[in-house]
Amino acid sequence: MRMRRLGTACVVLLAASAMAAFGVSSGSATGSPVTIGASLSLSGDFSADGQAFQRGYELWATDQNKKGGLLGHPIKLDIISDASQPAQVITNYNKLIGSDHDAFVLGPFSTLLTVPASKVASRYGYAFVEGAGGAPAAFGNGLKNVFDVSVPVALNLTAFAKWVAALPPSQRPKTAAYPTSNDPFTEPQLPPAQKILQAAGIKTVYSTVFPSEVTDFTPIATQIAAKKPDVVVLGSVDVPTVSAFIHTFVQQHYNPKIFIATAGPDQGAAFVKAVGTGNENGIFVPNGWYGGSPKADSMQMVKEYIAKYGGTPSEVNADVAEAYSVGQVLTQAVQATHGFNQAKIIAYLHSNVTLNSVQGSVKFDSKGENTALQATTFQWQSGALVPTLPKGSAGTKPPIVPKPAWGS
Amino acid sequence: MSLTELLQAIIDGVLTGGVYALMAAGLSLIFGVMDIVNIAQGAMVILAGYLSYSLSVHLGIDLFLGLLITIPAMFALGVLMEWGFMRRLREGDRTSMSILVTYAVAIVIEGVLSMIFGVDYVQLQASYVDSSVHIFGFYLADIYLLGFGMAVALMVGLYAMLYRTKFGRGVRASLQNRTAADLIGINVNRTRMISVGIGVAVTAAGGMVFGATNAFNPNSGYDLISRLLAIVILGGMGSIGGAMAAAVLLLVLSDVVAVAWSPLWAPLVFFAAIVIVLSIRPTGLFGRTAARAQ
Repeated sequence: MRMRRLGTACVVLLAASAMAAFGVSSGSATGSPVTIGASLSLSGDFSADGQAFQRGYELWATDQNKKGGLLGHPIKLDIISDASQPAQVITNYNKLIGSDHDAFVLGPFSTLLTVPASKVASRYGYAFVEGAGGAPAAFGNGLKNVFDVSVPVALNLTAFAKWVAALPPSQRPKTAAYPTSNDPFTEPQLPPAQKILQAAGIKTVYSTVFPSEVTDFTPIATQIAAKKPDVVVLGSVDVPTVSAFIHTFVQQHYNPKIFIATAGPDQGAAFVKAVGTGNENGIFVPNGWYGGSPKADSMQMVKEYIAKYGGTPSEVNADVAEAYSVGQVLTQAVQATHGFNQAKIIAYLHSNVTLNSVQGSVKFDSKGENTALQATTFQWQSGALVPTLPKGSAGTKPPIVPKPAWGS
Repeated sequence: MSLTELLQAIIDGVLTGGVYALMAAGLSLIFGVMDIVNIAQGAMVILAGYLSYSLSVHLGIDLFLGLLITIPAMFALGVLMEWGFMRRLREGDRTSMSILVTYAVAIVIEGVLSMIFGVDYVQLQASYVDSSVHIFGFYLADIYLLGFGMAVALMVGLYAMLYRTKFGRGVRASLQNRTAADLIGINVNRTRMISVGIGVAVTAAGGMVFGATNAFNPNSGYDLISRLLAIVILGGMGSIGGAMAAAVLLLVLSDVVAVAWSPLWAPLVFFAAIVIVLSIRPTGLFGRTAARAQ
């Protein structure tokens, strides 16, 4: 009898150890709280993205606390606003690390803010796991502490460009326009795509860079409409930019055969509200995740998001998944290194290990870029954002070309 | 750049200038009446946009028809602001203090809008937002034509009110010499309160047209305020006609530069024009003296 009890205890102990090892502890966190800081754009130009990031971090913290927190310590988030200002983000990370002594810091929104933030974290020797600083500018500073869990943006448009270039001659466009914001997130994305399309014989009829603070896009959009290119590749950072181009195109009775924007159409319902129902159909956008992703942990996150904030899967902002993925990667690094030691975590993340996130696999190269994740090109079809490229990938639907008429 | 592109840029600039004039006119009037630099003007434009949005989405009221509600609502807000904040600023340091006070008002407006509407972008929708007319080979957007027409009508109305009515004479008298205006029986506080109300009420029209031509969220006001201030300074602080002329001039200039040269230079030209004009004529195109004269 005693031996049977002992055996049962051993089995329970082994099961508990195994669950802890795989990070599936179901026990509640009982230790002292571990504070994790982040500076987010809760106001200013990036406020829509910043607040979506906040939701992603909070969802992750809630989920992880249900699983026992970080090594038994409940997670307490310390989120402060940077008003979308690079100067403020520096102040904030100095505060989070230097004054608040937060155990970890997570990344802000956008490459523009990630670059200065990562330098501050590096000075303190902190690992800097982030989800929205995927442009080359974030990785060209010789820092060893930056880890972006999302898709590197430089090649965001490559799958799209290759698909356009491979279209049968009867369908292949002949001309293209490339207007882009000078934001560090968008500008690097267009040249690789332009190179592929030009090599396929698609003539560039318009190419320009506009300042990110432009509020009147009418002259640029009207000029493009007058040239009537078959393809428009728009380097945008937000919904208003894409919306302004779309409304001007409609007013000018110009409907490109193919239209892709680097950001904005990924904002779900907010994008549709801005451009007007029906105008979204046929528009492409590259991204690393979408609300209808069949990944189990992604589906669970979407379910929890909808339970808390309402809406439908296609209305969940991709920023939520990027932020959630940051938390997941940090969790795995802490569990693997059995502690909160920054140097060990940085070394671990650089060790070619493959990690998991709601966006997919994560594996960092020497610069901290995620080499395991490829951009998916999504297209709005019949009011839903669906994955279309690369062709043949799981869950993709055939792209619709040419783009349907505006409003249909 | 072809001649067609140049003409298109000029037309775009003129029409967009009308929208900016609608947004800047209130700013100019409030400065003219109160010596107050209303940094909250951008936030008020956005507030007006959200009022139109609420009426359109929740009650199905047409955007222009909705102005019958939003203009009085914004007038009431202006009256409240004058009574609550502006009147209490001391005459001596009113202009400098007003920057701080109205900045605080902008933050409050932004915060309240964020709580009510969230931070996702919205845009006003109506059949005339995306439609256009084809004239001499150019597509002219109906919403810009309507906005420009409304801007001209409101500017003429404001001008007539200031220069052709007894109330307008009272406004200008209290601008020129408050003590003298008091002595001849003008209720200066009341006159100023109504004037600020009118200035904010005009913003309702600007906010509606801005919201129909741009996606916006509660933070979008900050993108606007520097341009609106530039328009008012160039036009001459306090001059309604100056605001209209400066808005059209600046938007035409920036649109032509964007098309002929590069969009990167357009914002620079916008502010360079101010430096050049002000160095020649420090009071702006239609400076303060002219604005307050008979």
